[in-house]
Amino acid sequence: MSSETLISALYVFALAAFLGYQVISRVPPLLHTPLMSATNAISGISLVGSIVTAGAHYNTVSTILGFVAVVCSTTNVVGGFVITDRMLRMFKKKK
Amino acid sequence: MQTYFIELSYLLASILFILGLKGLSHPETAKRGMHLAEFGMLMAIVGTLMHHEIISYTWIITGLVVGSVVGLAMGFWVPMTAMPQRTALSHAFGAFAAALVGISEFYRSGGHLERITMGALGFEVMLGALTTTGSLLAFAKLQGMVRGTPMTYKGQNVFNMALLTTTIGIFIYLIVVPGSMPLFFTMVGLAFVFGLLLVMPIGSADMPVVMSLLNSYAGLASAATGFVLNNKVLIIAGTLDGFSGFILSVLMCRAMNRSMTNVLFGAFGSAATAASGGSEQTGSMREVSLEDVATQLAYANKVVFVPGYGLATAQAQHAVRELADVLEKRGVTVKYGIHPVAGRMPGHMNVLLAEANVPYSALYELEQINPEFSTTDVSVVVGANDVVNPDARENPSSPIAGMPILDVDRSKSVIVLKRGQGKGFSGLENPLFFKPVTGMLYGDAKETLTKLVQAVQHA
Repeated sequence: MSSETLISALYVFALAAFLGYQVISRVPPLLHTPLMSATNAISGISLVGSIVTAGAHYNTVSTILGFVAVVCSTTNVVGGFVITDRMLRMFKKKK
Repeated sequence: MQTYFIELSYLLASILFILGLKGLSHPETAKRGMHLAEFGMLMAIVGTLMHHEIISYTWIITGLVVGSVVGLAMGFWVPMTAMPQRTALSHAFGAFAAALVGISEFYRSGGHLERITMGALGFEVMLGALTTTGSLLAFAKLQGMVRGTPMTYKGQNVFNMALLTTTIGIFIYLIVVPGSMPLFFTMVGLAFVFGLLLVMPIGSADMPVVMSLLNSYAGLASAATGFVLNNKVLIIAGTLDGFSGFILSVLMCRAMNRSMTNVLFGAFGSAATAASGGSEQTGSMREVSLEDVATQLAYANKVVFVPGYGLATAQAQHAVRELADVLEKRGVTVKYGIHPVAGRMPGHMNVLLAEANVPYSALYELEQINPEFSTTDVSVVVGANDVVNPDARENPSSPIAGMPILDVDRSKSVIVLKRGQGKGFSGLENPLFFKPVTGMLYGDAKETLTKLVQAVQHA
């Protein structure tokens, strides 16, 4: 990793942190459980890293580790979004 | 061309994730927000499948299918009462995936990584490993496979600190002198062990803080993966997750009046808290009859329900709603007072009550409901204890002194539904139970509430 790449990555990190703080502090306590399962599903985006590791045939160990990582992240992405949807559908305004 | 398409799909995903989380600021916009985030995720995955380094799709497809089946099964069948366990498990999965990608990258390079990359990779693997085992232990505690009381032993703090220092020491050595496989795997192993040690001394009542903290760690592990792979969408999504967990843990801390240091080294603080005692109570608890409570409720103007984790264990959320329905039919105003740390994870009570068809407009936060207790005729405490303990307000020597509580004792009458006469999870005596205004109604919450529904109908 060159120092320019690191700096630009740090920019992204810092800006995402500020943005995240702004966006997430507006989430009411009412929705804190869905928030946790939603951010969980979203951070399952590490799936994109796992996919490349599992499919690139660097070596057998990497492929196995990548495969397990794909299973774990996919479980989080699919499970996380399904559960978040299920919870949010339950929040109703008035009977 | 390919690279552009992939990068653009990541950019789109990043934007959609942020819009998705923005939607969560209100229940009305939340569903649409999540659909945006889901679409973003799909785009990112489709984009990644075109990556030029991918040679074989066999393991990718198999992994996607297996993961989807497990995810769907969990998504559809996990009951709302088990949401804390499910979340703990998903923190473990997410963190484990991050750790594995990191280990694979290290192994592939034979340990000869640039210093900056090694620095990011170390964070990724250590955070990933400790969050994996920490979350698994939290899962076991929440599921009741391991007892929920704090596990402590002599010299715990010193031992934990020594282990952490050793792990970080190896990490720094690996940055300065790269290339040692055995040292790297020792570091990974120690991080796995440290995760267990971190969660061991933490009791079930402190779980909301731990859950938020593990959430934060899992997110930061993903963000570190983004640094290693130089993948911006990973950095963004991981950071959002990490900060969300961080904000939640700050909120949970504030709701328990514990400092941030206390949480970051949570293990040390909670052990001390559990050890010190509460105020000794004299006097007796007043037991009330079911019929008496039914009459009080039926002729009240305003009733506030205060649920705690006991509501979840008794599966009594539907029974509470039935009672509320009967009361509302009689013209009684019914509200619910929700403490931020009621339950085992942030927002747990809201989800349970929403599942039982309680409209969210009837759910009130601590600051909103507290001024209302003075005009409340009957407050019904269902399976909650510490969050209504007046010692927090009045007794400066109490371990929970200064913790914001729901002021149920200011209402005209308080009914406490409780399994038995024992103390709560924290082991503290609760002076509320001895106040003249309080009536105790013992028994299984679900059974009692169902009987109350009938009694109120006949009143």
